[in-house]
Amino acid sequence: MPEKKAAIIAEELTKRYGDLLAVDHISFQVNEGEIFGFLGPNGSGKTSTIRMLVGLSRPSQGSASVLGYHLPGGLSRARRYVGVVPDVSNLYEELSARDNLLFMARLYGVPRAEQNSRADRLLKDFGLYERKDDLFGTFSRGMKRALTIAAALMHEPRLLFLDEPTAGLDAAAARSLRSLISGLREKGLTIFLTTHYLAEADMLCDRIAILVRGRIVSIDNPEGLKRQVRGQSLIEFSFQGDVSGLLADIQSRIKGAEQVVLDGGRIRIYGGDPPRVFDAVFQFSRDCGIGIESANTVRPSLEDAFLRITGLSPQAMASEKGAGRGQGGRG
Amino acid sequence: MMWRDQMRGIYHIALKDMKTYYLKPPAISWGMVFPLAWTLAFYLRNPGDFAELVPGLLAMTIVFSTTAAEAVVINFELRLGTLERLLLAPLTVTSVLLGKVLGGFLFGLIMTGIVAAGSIIYLGLQPDISGMALISLISLLVFSAMGAFFSVSVREVFEAQTLLNLPRFLMVFLCGVVYPVSALPEGLQSLARLLPLTYTVQGLKASIFQSEGPALLRDFLVLSFFLILFLLPAIRLLQRRFS
Repeated sequence: MPEKKAAIIAEELTKRYGDLLAVDHISFQVNEGEIFGFLGPNGSGKTSTIRMLVGLSRPSQGSASVLGYHLPGGLSRARRYVGVVPDVSNLYEELSARDNLLFMARLYGVPRAEQNSRADRLLKDFGLYERKDDLFGTFSRGMKRALTIAAALMHEPRLLFLDEPTAGLDAAAARSLRSLISGLREKGLTIFLTTHYLAEADMLCDRIAILVRGRIVSIDNPEGLKRQVRGQSLIEFSFQGDVSGLLADIQSRIKGAEQVVLDGGRIRIYGGDPPRVFDAVFQFSRDCGIGIESANTVRPSLEDAFLRITGLSPQAMASEKGAGRGQGGRG
Repeated sequence: MMWRDQMRGIYHIALKDMKTYYLKPPAISWGMVFPLAWTLAFYLRNPGDFAELVPGLLAMTIVFSTTAAEAVVINFELRLGTLERLLLAPLTVTSVLLGKVLGGFLFGLIMTGIVAAGSIIYLGLQPDISGMALISLISLLVFSAMGAFFSVSVREVFEAQTLLNLPRFLMVFLCGVVYPVSALPEGLQSLARLLPLTYTVQGLKASIFQSEGPALLRDFLVLSFFLILFLLPAIRLLQRRFS
């Protein structure tokens, strides 16, 4: 089998902002034609990594090459083949959807004869053709996101950076965008995608790097990540009353469990001998007088793998990026 | 060719700025209304001597229109993150900044053109058009670059406008716009000679009243020096912002 060609190679990439180590000596390779996910909570270094790879900030240490061009020297040549969708939809509010796309085409030197046809094709592909003459400022969040992706595709890049493409969108808009992103993979585009949505990474990515506090803690395909917790038991209990204040009590009763996590109204217990776990939790239920509503052994999901690998709670991933974060923001 | 790509980028950035930003309130108030209000105030004060004030008023229009435009085109984009979008294109930071400077230059050119044409026609002046154009064009570039220099140091439009007011008003009072430099105390005359607007006013006076022919070239060269003086640090500041 021929070796896969690398679209991105990062070696010991590091970014410091004063005393803050935002990206901590990370190394990875993104292969051509794949969707590579960068998964991590806000502040884990995802956006900082993208900013280094697209030349908006200089690495404090380490090196990278994009499409065979070494950074920073080869940056201007690499940019001809790279599209970037930042975490904010930053097109021009005062320009129409079509004028925004045409401006991008002109900046990237798309031949004049092709500019209009490409803009119209992308507007149709992204379901925005009917609104082509409307100002970007009048668009909904989802439409702005879609047009920002379309703008990044005007020069037909080989590599697309997507920073939190569905953050802040409603479920329908996010679903529609994910299907558009899937479509881009079919066209052979390499996509570097950052997200803090576990389901999104699971659905879209061929491989995922999990990033925590600036370090890559695991890289694998979604199935591989899930396999890391598959050998381990995972039992989920729902109680008839509130047990959130009793988590420490439950933890102390279950011997051998690796992790006990309160997730909404449920308690998830990772590891340990299942019969003993059941015995301990039933005993806890009797002692506290809080009935058990349900008890299930669960097939581990990517979320479970993530929790196991990072030791973070699902809530740590749920928070959106802070409002008002502008240029120079670090994710 | 590489340089053609850069030139194309500079042109399209300037064109887009013209289309996008020049009806923004800060550009209108500082770039159009303010110089026109001053012009009207001086005219009402002394309509008879108004011709003598034309070089100063043109100079003021050049300063305020270009610098107001720069604050809008740079600081709006810094705040909205659209400037980053330009820097992601295959353009150098220098080209992006030159595109912005060209945008301010074009806005200033339109404003100054209107004021100059109105003054010449209304007052029946017979200026040395080529000399006036030479000084006006280089001055538009100088103050557009000055606006860029101050704008890249801050983030918000109001911050840029406030910061710019210090050199703008200092120059309006010291550089011969209202009072002749020769009427100032010796120390202030020396200070005036360090400010670019002095050479704009001097050059415009020389060309409008066709008085000091050879001095025009000197004023042009000094203004060219100021252009470099503002442009290079502005480019460095923008590079540093994204490093």
